Amino acid sequence: MSLLFIVAAFIAVAGAAGVVLAKSPVHSVLALVVNFIALAVLFLSLQAEFMAVIQLIIYAGAVMVLFLFVIALLTARKELPTSPQKWLKNQEVLGAALGLGLMAVLGTVALAGRGAAAEVPADFGSVVAFGRSLLTTNVFVFELTAFVLLVAVIGVVILVGRREA
Amino acid sequence: MTAAPIAAYILVSAVLFAIGGIGVLVRRSPLAMLMSVEVMWNAANLAFVAFARQHGSLDGHIFAFLVITVAAAEVAIGLAIIVLIFRKRATVDVDDIRALRG
Repeated sequence: MSLLFIVAAFIAVAGAAGVVLAKSPVHSVLALVVNFIALAVLFLSLQAEFMAVIQLIIYAGAVMVLFLFVIALLTARKELPTSPQKWLKNQEVLGAALGLGLMAVLGTVALAGRGAAAEVPADFGSVVAFGRSLLTTNVFVFELTAFVLLVAVIGVVILVGRREA
Repeated sequence: MTAAPIAAYILVSAVLFAIGGIGVLVRRSPLAMLMSVEVMWNAANLAFVAFARQHGSLDGHIFAFLVITVAAAEVAIGLAIIVLIFRKRATVDVDDIRALRG
């Protein structure tokens, strides 16, 4: 197990914990960016070059800019105001206990894995190999992504684009 | 040869998924919940890419690509809904959003 993996995995987990623990939404977004960059490094170590690049461009770039714009639009205050009334007592404790239980179960399953990495050609995960797979065997996925993005654009325009009714 | 056994990547993926799940369950700001969901999407992506490397097949990359697209669409629509709710009321708390409750 190389130092690269240990450092990247630690940073990814720390970033995810920062997203959950940070009080201010801006700090959450910054922790999420750290998490995404560490994941891109992990993708690179798995020879998934194209996935690492689009992880950086789409997530660390576009999605995070979207989050930051909405936070800037909604509030200049430190924390978004939440309702003082709670509908479920001890919600934090219950949620954390359930999540830690899920972590224990999933971790046990993950550690039971015995598979070894296959021998792959040198261009595995490169843009050329990925593009050839996407545009020949899996061309339906390509069409589907176009449709999903179209639905998202139309949905956002219908939701917030109209004048106040 | 990868930098670590595939099982180690899956373990990191499991831990990230559980942390994201804790965020969804514990936080009450819809923005923080949306970001925790993003962490969960990415944990699933890491598992897809790790298994794709294990089996030497690009299909896992293709599916991770689809997941990234769906996540981007989900963020755009989710943030639009949050902006709409914030226009209507002063607080943004998932406990207050009960208009669809029967």
